[in-house]
Amino acid sequence: MKTLPLMKVAAGSVALMLGWGIGVAVDAQTKTLVIYSGREEKLIGPLIERAKKDLNKDIQVRYGDTAELAIALLEEGKNSRADLFFAQDAGALGTLEKKQLTLPIASQLLNKVDTRFRSAKGHWLGISGRARVIDYNTKLVKQSELPSSISQLTQPKWRGKVGWAPTNGSFQSFVTAMRVLEGDAKTLQWLKAMKANGVKDYGKNSAIVEAVGRGEVHLGLVNNYYLYRFKKDDPNFPVAHHYTSKDAGAMINVAGVAITKTTDQKADVEALINYLLKQSSQNYFAQETNEYPLVKGIPAPSKQVPINKLNPPNVNLTNLDDLPGTLNLLQQAGVL
Amino acid sequence: MKAVRPPLFLTLAAVVVAVAIALPLLYLIIRTAGIGGEELWKLISRPRNIMVFFNSAAMAATVTLFSTLIAVPLAFLTVRTDLPGRRFWLVATTLPLAVPSYVGSFALIATLAPRGSFLQLLLQPLGVEELPSIYGFPGTVLAITLFTYPYMLLSVRSGLQGIDPALEEAARSLGYGSRETFFRVVLPQLKPSMIAGGLLVALYALRDFGTPSLMRFDSFTRAIFLQYKTSFNRNSAAALSLMLVILVLLILWLEYRMRSRAAYYSRGSASLRPPKIMKLGIWKWPAFGFCLGITSLGIVLPVGITLFWLIRGLNGGYTFPNLLPTVLNSIGAAGLAALATTIFALPVAILAVRFPNKITAIIERCSYIGFGVPGIVVALSLVFFGANYLPALYQTLPMLIFAYLVLFLPQSVGTVRSSLLQVNPQLEESARSLGRNAWQTLREVTLPLVQPGVLSGAVLVFLTAIKELPATILLAPIGFSTLAMQIWQATENVDFADAAAASLAMLLVSMGSTLLVLSQENVKEEKVISKAPVSRRV
Repeated sequence: MKTLPLMKVAAGSVALMLGWGIGVAVDAQTKTLVIYSGREEKLIGPLIERAKKDLNKDIQVRYGDTAELAIALLEEGKNSRADLFFAQDAGALGTLEKKQLTLPIASQLLNKVDTRFRSAKGHWLGISGRARVIDYNTKLVKQSELPSSISQLTQPKWRGKVGWAPTNGSFQSFVTAMRVLEGDAKTLQWLKAMKANGVKDYGKNSAIVEAVGRGEVHLGLVNNYYLYRFKKDDPNFPVAHHYTSKDAGAMINVAGVAITKTTDQKADVEALINYLLKQSSQNYFAQETNEYPLVKGIPAPSKQVPINKLNPPNVNLTNLDDLPGTLNLLQQAGVL
Repeated sequence: MKAVRPPLFLTLAAVVVAVAIALPLLYLIIRTAGIGGEELWKLISRPRNIMVFFNSAAMAATVTLFSTLIAVPLAFLTVRTDLPGRRFWLVATTLPLAVPSYVGSFALIATLAPRGSFLQLLLQPLGVEELPSIYGFPGTVLAITLFTYPYMLLSVRSGLQGIDPALEEAARSLGYGSRETFFRVVLPQLKPSMIAGGLLVALYALRDFGTPSLMRFDSFTRAIFLQYKTSFNRNSAAALSLMLVILVLLILWLEYRMRSRAAYYSRGSASLRPPKIMKLGIWKWPAFGFCLGITSLGIVLPVGITLFWLIRGLNGGYTFPNLLPTVLNSIGAAGLAALATTIFALPVAILAVRFPNKITAIIERCSYIGFGVPGIVVALSLVFFGANYLPALYQTLPMLIFAYLVLFLPQSVGTVRSSLLQVNPQLEESARSLGRNAWQTLREVTLPLVQPGVLSGAVLVFLTAIKELPATILLAPIGFSTLAMQIWQATENVDFADAAAASLAMLLVSMGSTLLVLSQENVKEEKVISKAPVSRRV
């Protein structure tokens, strides 16, 4: 029996792909600064490109999900190639600090950021801030009807009309903040009351904003920056922000960085952190990602309530590290 | 048939596979051992965890049932009947597999959600303010069935192509009608391929996280992800994953028990003459409608919604990005994955079918484990072993391909195995007795005869690998970007136009490769037809 034509096609494509594979393998073998980034390429890629040029340093980024990258760092242990971890939330940074996988950051860098937004031990700091907000459907809810605090969301008039994302990192921080502010008993009570009031679970923040836009729920507990992305595609998207005051619902979370213990280029990593805290980079976050600059004296994004007009509760992010406790409480309340 | 020792090259390849399979399992055991006994018991006896465990099992069973109800008729219609546009449907009904389930589910929600969806807005003038909710169990079953039934379809189709038409002719000549022939001859012959396909569908439904998350269904994978996402607890996640592995083993054991010892090959000369085409008569148009309905939901809808997002973006000033390097990366990685997986699946399947013993059976069964747990778990196990024991290969392309091998091996093993069952071992034995060595026999006799299964397996692996996310993110060379990564990042970033552009590119690549492979089959089919009166020389 003669050989099949398919065999020849296969042999040809094998040779081609193996050649390509070797090309890819040979490509990446110079001394570079490696970032594990839980923030998306579209958001921080341009800034990293600028930093490469300005610092004259080769920087490479592995983009992924914050929690998954954090666990990968735990698994890699002593053999990680990462020099810097750029996370979406303080919880992931705090975990690595606790597991002693990070190095202390120079104090002149730490001091640029308000103590609320960095680790007390100095192993991580916030680069940009994101406010928790209530997004509401402007066609279905009048401004006068909006709740003045998140505790009102358990009222019968919001029955089945509120969406949240209980598995999401910033939601977890929000619940942890509530525990710090009001204690476990009251938090548990609130969670149970929300559940009894028919709150709807979503997988992530963007899905909530989308559902609020469709009118599937009237209110959603989310982060501030998603809405602008919907408005970009659809300027008539019928959703707006509503801010509460002084409660956990108004807290400010951060996206931030930690230096990994495995780095052999600490000076270069700190130069990069310094770069991220420069006025131009902070402005970049304000303008391009709609987040709040965390270095004092730099204005907030134009479309947003300035950070000093917000009324966040007085919580220190470094105190929000009891994630297992929060998970436990959420499970006790039957939320997870 | 005498029991012969398997040739060395087969054994060596199977050893590599056995090691690959063992890694994730070993990792799960190491991590689970990191939890105290009491805590472990609390975790696995938690009522909610047990409840969602059964939720997931019920969902997987329902999905498998519906997939069978869709795939078996589709396979029959597209291979054996005078369905209008049969060639077209042959390809089109396979294509939903090219839709990543996170894109597909997103499109289904945009179309069918209770309020503000396309359907509700369409019906609003009629006074429909709210549609029945698709969230939860129904939506999850709908989405996963729509985008995974092709696993079953491809498998059943290659099974159908391997049936010796003489069997049916004999049945007909002995007085069976076409219905009886189908139920008594064809369907039993298809059992191995139905089971192989069903296994893939069930395991996919068990491991998927994207769809249950978007559909707001409380699945067991969510419980696993919770441990990672909310408390970065890899030990608890591993313990829960082990529960899933036990369920997978149970399913595999059940399947093993269900396998009959019957022979699925014919005694004749294995001539692949074209089977008789069945005339559908008045059933032609309902059959056509069935194909149309399934493909409308499974492929036209996601593509339509994607196009809508893209056009809206382009109107708003979005410029189509240069996706070529990303497309090439995706094709290269998925192509190598298909190749490597096929190379290692063949020995596993051949050993299990031709040299059945405890060890070959265990290797073949266990190859399914990597496909039965969430991708992130397998990815993390390889991160652990790679970074700490194989640093030279860690985060290189070979490592990524190895990850794909661990993840997707069963897709190829299953389809090859069921094809092989249809080949009469006497053919191979005669080749050996005529002086061919084991390698020559494999190349000249076995491979050509199991080609439909090999091809189906390779297509399955390619289409699944191109959508793969967690392993690609953690194990690809740094800076190596694939279409799946771009789609995921765009959806995380709520960038509809970007997500649409990458999704369309992925759909095109997947359709292109499916077409390429299926057209190979068509060429073969025509060749066979042209030689019809002469049975194939072996």
